[in-house]
Amino acid sequence: MLVSVYRYNPETDLKPSMQDYQVEIPGGKDLMVLDVLALVKEQDDSVTYRRSCREGVCGSDGMNINGVNGLACITPLSEVVKNDKLVLRPLPGLPVIRDLVVDMSIFYKQYERIEPYLQNDDPVPAIERLQSPEDRAKLDGLYECILCACCSTNCPSFWWNPEKFVGPAGLLQAYRFLADSRDTHTDERLANLEDPFSVFRCRGIMNCVAVCPKGLNPTKAIGHIREMLMERGA
Amino acid sequence: MQVSSVTNFGRSGLSDWLIQRVSAVILLLYIVCHSAIILNTPEMTYALWRDLFAGTTMRIFSLLTLLALCAHAWIGMWTVATDYLTTRMMGSKATLVRLVFLIGCLAVLAVYFIWGVIILWSV
Repeated sequence: MLVSVYRYNPETDLKPSMQDYQVEIPGGKDLMVLDVLALVKEQDDSVTYRRSCREGVCGSDGMNINGVNGLACITPLSEVVKNDKLVLRPLPGLPVIRDLVVDMSIFYKQYERIEPYLQNDDPVPAIERLQSPEDRAKLDGLYECILCACCSTNCPSFWWNPEKFVGPAGLLQAYRFLADSRDTHTDERLANLEDPFSVFRCRGIMNCVAVCPKGLNPTKAIGHIREMLMERGA
Repeated sequence: MQVSSVTNFGRSGLSDWLIQRVSAVILLLYIVCHSAIILNTPEMTYALWRDLFAGTTMRIFSLLTLLALCAHAWIGMWTVATDYLTTRMMGSKATLVRLVFLIGCLAVLAVYFIWGVIILWSV
């Protein structure tokens, strides 16, 4: 199989280029894209990418696979390869550190901005803050995000305004804390999102939903944030 | 980190979002209303058309639609400008280019609105 990998080292290269590798795929197996990258690295150990858990939990190996963002470790070749060719590029819209490794600082900055931790001004209880099963169920589909950035880097609004638009991953987490019955800072959180960029740059094109490797729905969460902002403002 | 924006008049994404949707509904109603009138009039003459616009209700409806159109266009153009005419896309000259573009949009919308009011009140 022909594997075409995006190569760029900002310290030595004037511009990025694509480098082709012929990789022998063992028969009878449906390898993951990450396995193929390991085979490429056997040929050329200068090929650089991030990986860690190799089971879709750590979110390290988010990349653009044949034009679609995804996690290399849980994307089988049978799902993405057409005409026996695999094209691997870094996540779009973020600065490239080297080859498939991108600088995710702006992505984390937006995550930090939504204050992704429980805030409660009530006196601390003796044991723990209780939550009904119904309230706990409201967090399903939100807390599972692994911050791989596949969604935010697939969002044109995030490409255009990454300093101002929180992006789908950050907004999914913003709603995770807005929906949490134990959090008492709802008003402050909403006030922080009411400007024309943070939430409202979302045009609802659902690019985020299309690529989320965990099957989450940031567009729906953004809709809920809009509803909460409406209720607060009306 | 609070995001602020000086050139958007409302300074609130929520109000922009709401205005954009309400104005879209008004524009749709105006189009549907006029289509219905045109389709249900066997022969449209100048006199009929003039009478239609001379009524107070239609005058208010038209003025409201004109306002909705201007608000809708302004929010839309402001959004397009802040998506595409940015420092990220075109470098340091972006702010000047965007401001000139937005002033141009405002001027066109002001002319459009004043001209529209003059036409409506001349009937």
